[in-house]
Amino acid sequence: METLKDKKTKKESGIRSKISGAEAIIHCLLAEGVDIIYGYPGGAIMPVYDELYKFQDQLSHILTRHEQGAAHAAQGYARATGKVGVAMATSGPGATNLVTGLADAQIDSTPMVCITGQVPRHLLGSDAFQETDIIGISTPVTKWNYQVTKASEIPEIMAKAFYIAKSGRPGPVLVDITKNAQFDELEFDYKPCNQVRSYQPYPEPDKGSLQEAAALINNAKKPYIVYGQGVILGKAEKELKAFVEKAGIPAAWTILGLSAMETDHPLNVGMVGMHGNYGPNVLTNECDLLIAIGMRFDDRVTGDLDTYAKQAKIIHFEIDPAEIDKNVKVDVAVLGNAKDSLQQLLPMIKENSHESWHNEFKKKHQQEYEAVIKADLNPQKPGLTMGEVIGAINKASGDNAVIVSDVGQHQMIACRYARFTQSKSNITSGGLGTMGFALPAAIGAKMGAEDREVVAIIGDGGYQMNIQELATIFQNKTAVKIVVLNNEHLGMVRQWQELFFEKRYASTVMTNPDFVKIAEGYHLKARRVEERSDLQEAVTEMIQSKEPYFLEVRVEKEDNVFPMIPSGASVSDIRLK
Amino acid sequence: MEKKWFTISVYSENNVGLLNRISGIFLKRHINIESLNVSKSEIEGVSKFTVVVFTTEDWTRKIVMQIEKQIEVIKAFYHTDEETIYQESALFKIASHLLFDERQIQNIIKDNHSQIVTVSRDFFVLAKTGKREEIEEMYKQLKPYGIMQFVRSGRITVTKAEMKISSFLAAMEEK
Repeated sequence: METLKDKKTKKESGIRSKISGAEAIIHCLLAEGVDIIYGYPGGAIMPVYDELYKFQDQLSHILTRHEQGAAHAAQGYARATGKVGVAMATSGPGATNLVTGLADAQIDSTPMVCITGQVPRHLLGSDAFQETDIIGISTPVTKWNYQVTKASEIPEIMAKAFYIAKSGRPGPVLVDITKNAQFDELEFDYKPCNQVRSYQPYPEPDKGSLQEAAALINNAKKPYIVYGQGVILGKAEKELKAFVEKAGIPAAWTILGLSAMETDHPLNVGMVGMHGNYGPNVLTNECDLLIAIGMRFDDRVTGDLDTYAKQAKIIHFEIDPAEIDKNVKVDVAVLGNAKDSLQQLLPMIKENSHESWHNEFKKKHQQEYEAVIKADLNPQKPGLTMGEVIGAINKASGDNAVIVSDVGQHQMIACRYARFTQSKSNITSGGLGTMGFALPAAIGAKMGAEDREVVAIIGDGGYQMNIQELATIFQNKTAVKIVVLNNEHLGMVRQWQELFFEKRYASTVMTNPDFVKIAEGYHLKARRVEERSDLQEAVTEMIQSKEPYFLEVRVEKEDNVFPMIPSGASVSDIRLK
Repeated sequence: MEKKWFTISVYSENNVGLLNRISGIFLKRHINIESLNVSKSEIEGVSKFTVVVFTTEDWTRKIVMQIEKQIEVIKAFYHTDEETIYQESALFKIASHLLFDERQIQNIIKDNHSQIVTVSRDFFVLAKTGKREEIEEMYKQLKPYGIMQFVRSGRITVTKAEMKISSFLAAMEEK
């Protein structure tokens, strides 16, 4: 087979050499350093699959069992590696099945490129077989999208797609490619993109704002840091830690900021938000300076905005200018990548320890420990709790697993109790709250971080939303560990029904199949735990397995997640029970 | 916060699909677009969207930030009416016999500084350029005689202060 290098040599020697659009797509992916893509074939993308067949030694294609699975797998890969995840699908239903993944990646700022096939250019707009206006459909849920109708556009558009997906505040990009553009030939010449004139991904931190921020920080008596995923996306973990330690400021994480700093760090005080920790929420309304780093004041973090940190000055370190003053009016905004901003801030900061202020967090933690944590982690009642399962996973994995959680009660419990020692270890659908995310995302995470233990923690509801991906796990022998916390309910909705809808359990009770048999049907090792005495041993067996492993844990059916800020209430009004 | 008229000016690459992306930002927040005009701008290859909204300054600012965030938008601004020079255009199609039967119509044409674009056996067409209120006033005056067709364009605007697009683009391209 003629290689691209041969073709280049021919080109240099003046012989015209053309390749098909489909082959060009593969060369673009290879040039961008892509080694794995997730997808599902179909009519309008077949020329590209034909090339994937020829290039299979250089580029792996993982066949998922649904395009939604492909999108979430690409997300999981991106979240675990920091690289761009790639998903591919055909036109029509293939493309529309990617939409949930696109929306999830958009709201959680995940770098992803989706490539979709499209009907030939001459059929566009004719309601052709499997034609859908995926550009129109995906516009609100993509950072950028583009329909390629000529083969010659492919190199430039693919380069731009990768640049836009990964730069600045990352996000998903969709490139829709008509079938004629895949068949037609072009002279291939790839130049990576590093600039788009209408797009400024990295605003420069302003010296004046940094000085104002430093002055506020140096003079604050009760400063408090809330850090988000911007720290992870901006590779600013070290800078965050250096800042936190030098200034001696208590720091809390948002759900997506979790794992940016090791859980055990003495200045790490817990999670903010609806089911976050007691101190981090209550003390938001007692600090005199709130320092937000790479987070966006989501409503699940702030609760009622009219009573959110009104007593405090607020500094916002943020890469996206559109986030400044969007939800919370701030006193000082420092635009820029978290790494650059924190690096420049550090020399301006005075050393401090804020001990008595830190003690307030410790006191609040003690209250939460007595009221909630003790019973979650070391229950004295007979039924298994979700918290003790997470505790067993921490123990078996040495606090060093990548935890991929789905959406609901188990997710909140996982984010409250999972312990981390490295960054990029907490992968969950934060902004969109996509049930069905975890199983495929865990596949991508494991393939991206092969040397790490990847544990998917899923509820019995979300598990059945993308359960077909067990086949992908089996086919590829992807050694993910799947834990289903089965309470036979859609637990979070049931909890709300109990608390706010007078226990009218409308459509939240689930009659489930035998999950162990289903996993065994997919030839996976599988086990069920119903007794506390078996839990740690079963979890350890799972973690030690070199193969994929399915563990169902039967947990209490009507446990609730606390603390909780009722929807629309103030962070000060967080309930311990 | 008080609702006001704001004119949003968007300088962008000339790209298929961008109108959809921009209009979606208004749709998502239930902000009605009172008027929209898309044209070329003073810079070669750069399009200009002129969008008029009636809402609070806070919402307008947030929308402008979301618009500017779009990859192919070069820069977006917002201005109050006092900060801009603005005009709209309208066409009125009226039955020709009225020009002779109703003498008042000729006065309306003169008083409103309106032009006759064309006259045919059956109808004539009046053009009027001015502020929204001026066009509304002329409409009110003509309405009793019968208007066969009426159409009004989106607002077009230039600002009193400079919108630094050329220097901004030059700086971007230097990088």
